[in-house]
Amino acid sequence: MAVALILLLVAIASVLFHIYSPWWWTPIASNWRYIDDTINLTFWITGAVFCAVIAFMAYCVFRFHHKEGRQAAYNPENKKLEWWLSIGTAIGVVAMLAPGLVVWHQFVTVPADATDVEVVGQQWMWSYRLPGKDGRLGTSDARLISSENPLGLNPNDPNGQDDVVVQNDDLHLLVGKPVKVLLRSIDVLHDFYVPEFRAKMDMIPGSVTYYWLTPTRTGTFDVLCAELCGAAHAQMRSRVIVEEEKEYHAWLEKQRTFAALSGQRDVAKAAYKTGSE
Amino acid sequence: MVDIPLDQVAGIPPAEVGEVELYHPRSWWTRYVFSQDAKVIAVQYSITAMSIGMVALVLSWMMRLQLGFPGTFSFIDANQYLQFITMHGMIMVIYLLTALFLGGFGNYLIPLMVGARDMVFPYVNMLSYWVYLLAVLVLAATFFVPGGPTGAGWTLYPPQAILSGTPGQDWGIVFMLASLILFIIGFTMGGLNYVVTVLQARTRGMTLMRMPLTVWGIFTATVMALLAFPALFVASVMLLLDRLLGTSFFMPTLVEMGQLSKYGGGSPILFQHLFWFFGHPEVYIVALPAFGIISDLISTHARKNIFGYRMMVWAIVAIGALSFVVWAHHMYVSGMHPYFGFFFATTTLIIAIPTAIKVYNWVLTLWRGDIHLTVPMLFALGFIVTFVNGGLTGLFLGNVVVDVPLSDTMFVVAHFHMVMGIAPIMAVFGGIYHWYPKVTGRMLNDVLGKFHFWVTFIGAYAVFFPMHYLGLLGMPRRYHDIGETSFVPASAHDLNAFMSVAALIVGFAQLVFLFNLVWSLFKGKQAGGNPWGATSLEWQTPETPPGHGNWGKELPIVYRWAYDYSVPGAARDFVPQNEPPSGVVAQGAHP
Repeated sequence: MAVALILLLVAIASVLFHIYSPWWWTPIASNWRYIDDTINLTFWITGAVFCAVIAFMAYCVFRFHHKEGRQAAYNPENKKLEWWLSIGTAIGVVAMLAPGLVVWHQFVTVPADATDVEVVGQQWMWSYRLPGKDGRLGTSDARLISSENPLGLNPNDPNGQDDVVVQNDDLHLLVGKPVKVLLRSIDVLHDFYVPEFRAKMDMIPGSVTYYWLTPTRTGTFDVLCAELCGAAHAQMRSRVIVEEEKEYHAWLEKQRTFAALSGQRDVAKAAYKTGSE
Repeated sequence: MVDIPLDQVAGIPPAEVGEVELYHPRSWWTRYVFSQDAKVIAVQYSITAMSIGMVALVLSWMMRLQLGFPGTFSFIDANQYLQFITMHGMIMVIYLLTALFLGGFGNYLIPLMVGARDMVFPYVNMLSYWVYLLAVLVLAATFFVPGGPTGAGWTLYPPQAILSGTPGQDWGIVFMLASLILFIIGFTMGGLNYVVTVLQARTRGMTLMRMPLTVWGIFTATVMALLAFPALFVASVMLLLDRLLGTSFFMPTLVEMGQLSKYGGGSPILFQHLFWFFGHPEVYIVALPAFGIISDLISTHARKNIFGYRMMVWAIVAIGALSFVVWAHHMYVSGMHPYFGFFFATTTLIIAIPTAIKVYNWVLTLWRGDIHLTVPMLFALGFIVTFVNGGLTGLFLGNVVVDVPLSDTMFVVAHFHMVMGIAPIMAVFGGIYHWYPKVTGRMLNDVLGKFHFWVTFIGAYAVFFPMHYLGLLGMPRRYHDIGETSFVPASAHDLNAFMSVAALIVGFAQLVFLFNLVWSLFKGKQAGGNPWGATSLEWQTPETPPGHGNWGKELPIVYRWAYDYSVPGAARDFVPQNEPPSGVVAQGAHP
């Protein structure tokens, strides 16, 4: 009796917690509302199954718990019932899987008008690179990394000279404009994670991974690392600032290109060699 | 009454082989230490697994103290936190659950349940335990080596697992990999034994489709483990070579602490594929024995045959087979080719169907039963609640696009603790309360048992159910301190503190259980041979605890399946598997 009641209470408390929980996903800031919808759909289906199974179990415990003289029924199997339950389960599974795969197809299909943005992870900071006026990012190679060229950009690639390099600072994105986020790491696994964007992908040294999104509202969002990357994993932070065209261009104006940065370093090096300030 | 000769009873083949000579112990040492008796080895496995499991439990307290009250405890810093989560995960999954289900329950129950005198290779079985113990000792030694244990996360992903910047990069990771390699060697010796024993040493009349589901679960899990562990074995060897000899199996050109490293040309993703080719079947290596145990507990304590036995067997086999084609659902956001997502999401969600069948059949076994709310039954009910909860959240994470926002958050932590932490441990506890009387001849204390169950069940649910919502919020896992983060409200810290308090209470309830184990050994109620009125063979031994060789002079003969409970017209509400149908003369199994 008490056992049945407690089992039922566990199910009821779970539902109430779900309804009244103040801990819920962050307000979305990208086009991936479909992902949220699929999660909601999955909550409805799995929640119904959970409640049904626990309630049925609680009822059985209440109705059939041992009493003097009770004898259990003897029914080894019921093929028909088992098949119906299997078919019902299969329908539920399809109802979650089908929309999930449709949304996944959108997730992996980058629109043609998306602009590239490169995110580079390293222990334990974030850097970014935007294509310059030519709209193309130059090539890079981990073997080119040095203190003068911390992102390993190819100095001989003409496409790379006008690339805008943002080192260890915030990334700015234009609201409403789809971006293909190219993800690169120079040491260990990282994961560029902005909860409000819903999207996420590991960064692997030696290859470039990607995802795409369209920022849908302006604001400042925390960037976290979502793949364990060593001692300071939890402190590997940055920010993404999504803004309107005017502010965005004002920010872009102030950024420096790869050519300017390496030129500056050449000057600094030359100055060091001649012994002058 | 006409006597029916035994060889005319359907399903009883003639005896084919004579009695085997067992190696009987000649001294205290060969009886209790270097024993070749599967039952003693089972107890050795269980005690070792639970001892190292206690270490992992204490580590979980440290983690919860840090998460609930960040900055309060000066003896926990970021490095140690990572070391704690790594060792906690590795110990719980491999050294506790795998060893306890297969080495502990498997060794004890397989020979008894199939009517064998012992495992078929008793000497190899003994070696299996000693290699396992060595693996545990090497693992424990990592706490004392310079730099401490590895903090690479239990998945040990390269490159960071073997680079500076990760705690334990120097010695810890080497000891960890060596320990895993030893564990797999030891397990393989035991696993071959379990499989051959089930296939070759069943007593007369014990057809495969008459075996208790516990044996089916352990048998299938062992076959899976024999196929899956080699992937972890090669991954460990290759990672060890990368670390010690400077090979680059998993290491691309990369920078280590600002300097270009000597590595180049390897693939970190390859390690992940190997790891999860082992890692996903591992989930079911832990789950299938639990499924089997729960089936038998529910049937016995509800005094009713398991509903849909044949479907249950096929579901176990189907789950075992399917679990080898779903591994990359752990890698949806790993950067592998995105089109893999379509395939692996589909296979993953298909597994839900045989799994759901098992759940339906458990609750349908309760339907119109005669439910005795004993401690094993309570744990079985607790198992169903937590397993259904954790299984259903698996449908979120298996559905590739839903996994994208949830992966690497606390949602994942909550999911896998519910489904392969709490649920299997419920089966372990239920199994221990159920079979302890056979192992020791005494009952475990009922009041302490009920206290243990309620605190563990409600407490663990209170820890892990709310944790899902921190994951939905976006709180990442493997963070020792979330710190100042704009989207995390202050209330999330309160929830963390609540979960930590609940976790500590659950942890202390386990001490009550350990006390019960020891106290009942001396003071428990005498159990007799078959206290639960169960049908399967282990309860029909001539002695309790069973002696070496299990069956006295003659092996039992099996006439029926393991679930003849409440058969209409029978004198008692259970008919043991070895009880002959009326009219059959019980003869010895061996002429």
